[in-house]
Amino acid sequence: MPALVLQNVRKTYPSGDSEIVALDRANLEVPDDQILALVGPSGSGKTTLLSIAGGLLSATEGHVVVGGHHITEYSAKQLTAFRRAEVGFVFQTVNLVPFLTARENVMVAAELAGGAPEKAARARADQLLEELGLAHRAENLPAQLSGGERQRVAIGRALMNEPKLILVDEPTSALDTTLGNQVMALIVGEVKARRTAAIIVTHDTRMTHYADRTVEITDGILAA
Amino acid sequence: MRLALRELRRSRRRFVPTTGALALLVVLLLMLGGLLDGLYIGSTGALRSQDDELVTFDRSARESTLRSRIEPDTRAAIEAVPGVRGTSGFGIALVGADVPRTDELADAAVMGYEGRVGGVPAPPAPGRAWADRSLEARGVRVGDVLRVGPTRIPLRVIGWVDDTNYLQQGGLWVEPGTWRTVLAESRPGAAVGDDVFQNVWVDVAPGADPARVAAAIDAATGTTRTITRAEAVLALPGIREQNATFTQIIGVTFLVAGLVVALFFALLTLERTPMLGVLKALGASSRQLVGALMTQTVAVTVIAFVTGGVIALGLDRLIPPEVPLVVTPDRAGFVAVGVFVAAVIGGAVSLRRIIRIDPASAIGTGT
Ligand SMILES: Nc1ncnc2c1ncn2[C@@H]1O[C@H](COP(=O)(O)OP(=O)(O)OP(=O)(O)O)[C@@H](O)[C@H]1O
Ligand SMILES: [Mg+2]
Repeated sequence: MPALVLQNVRKTYPSGDSEIVALDRANLEVPDDQILALVGPSGSGKTTLLSIAGGLLSATEGHVVVGGHHITEYSAKQLTAFRRAEVGFVFQTVNLVPFLTARENVMVAAELAGGAPEKAARARADQLLEELGLAHRAENLPAQLSGGERQRVAIGRALMNEPKLILVDEPTSALDTTLGNQVMALIVGEVKARRTAAIIVTHDTRMTHYADRTVEITDGILAA
Repeated sequence: MRLALRELRRSRRRFVPTTGALALLVVLLLMLGGLLDGLYIGSTGALRSQDDELVTFDRSARESTLRSRIEPDTRAAIEAVPGVRGTSGFGIALVGADVPRTDELADAAVMGYEGRVGGVPAPPAPGRAWADRSLEARGVRVGDVLRVGPTRIPLRVIGWVDDTNYLQQGGLWVEPGTWRTVLAESRPGAAVGDDVFQNVWVDVAPGADPARVAAAIDAATGTTRTITRAEAVLALPGIREQNATFTQIIGVTFLVAGLVVALFFALLTLERTPMLGVLKALGASSRQLVGALMTQTVAVTVIAFVTGGVIALGLDRLIPPEVPLVVTPDRAGFVAVGVFVAAVIGGAVSLRRIIRIDPASAIGTGT
């Protein structure tokens, strides 16, 4: 089963009398272990596509299937549960919960799911932090971490619930190139090790060699 | 929700000003309520401790015990009314009492009674009195001889009774003859003859309707006005005004408490909208986030109430005994419930904003 299927997905925003077409008849299939790089200039619709794939935005037209879930038909409530269980996000700006430690930030999704017992969740969070090279920072608050460390905590947070699809929006833009490369390598490594699907948005073509496949987007139109 | 309590603990400092302000409002509410209760208790005890349901005044006295006179023949007419099982005469003289070992005059209400007053034993021998325990704070002791009125009539205190004061004056309960002497000496113009009282309290026969009996009494005498004990309490000078004034101030204070909470959580919600958006994107439901807000509201209220309560208890000890402050468990419960309701309503103001936060805002699209 593919991790993501987009069929004729359109997203428009009303703008005065006319409308802005952010995504135009997009068709895309991402197999369940593929890392896909989505590249394109600013305003081309990358974030829009990611948001629709992750159930954050609803498409104006078309059909979206994520790991067998036909989310185009989901209610807001179902989408909330879907996001919690099925997708992992790494946002453009790292937005950690300021009063939680690195470990607690990683566990926040598990806590929201109310699923895993505390002990198991904690062990898993510690293992993730270890893999991300943050074992010694587990007890620190976000304010006490560097930009790169925060980004890594955010990656841990996205992986915590073992999602079927990982969506990464331009994680490198806030970091310098070396650090950006490291973070990207880390994400790819983690995703590959888990054999999960991922879409990684970037406007930096140098980053695409990490991906199994690259798709370009211009003015809301996908080109293979 | 655990997340909400964790924030409360870790970001304690940002919650301190609001919790502190709320605690001070709790102190104010307890003090205002305590004063209202103290004034009420100290004004009305003599009437509230009566056993009988109805009390008869002379009609021209307009429900004032001190102005009223009931002659023996009127009393006989009252006793003949069907549904009246018995009557007891009652009268009050407000005097200053000279307390041994002190230079001050204590305000006292000398009450002549014939029995049927709950909490007060049978009338003592002439020249003796049961004293209200509040007089203890004025230096009175059991066995003392108080000298009351301008001619310093001696009254020996033979024991304590509780909650029997009249218009903030300490109750001294005496047999009717002693009361008549005190009244004649302290206010010669108001002196009454033998067997005359100011009020007659009416014992209504079981099964009889008090309202009907009251109407029948006034019809039979033609010169009286008979009301219930509760009505007599409210007819005391100042009681209605006191209640209305304090109730308004207390109401406004609850309103301020609600506004403090509303403003604080509205600002807090505004400030953390981006974070709440991220939590929604990660799968937090609006219900969870609203639950977190309410958890914090309740926690802040509980802490504020406990802090305010402790401060109020401390102040209560410092306040001099002549201030009629009485903090009852009922009043504390009322304040607790009132502040809780005000805070929950205040917190709920931010509810809509939280529900309307778009999870898509976390990723940079959407509004
Ligand atoms: N909420 C919105 N209302 C109106 N127009 C929007 C909204 N969100 C996005 N757009 C428009 O949709 C188009 C695609 O936006 P999107 O954010 O997907 O671009 P992007 O490829 O992620 O750009 P960037 O690289 O700068 O992040 C843009 O023209 C943008 O202005
Ligand atoms: Mg974008």
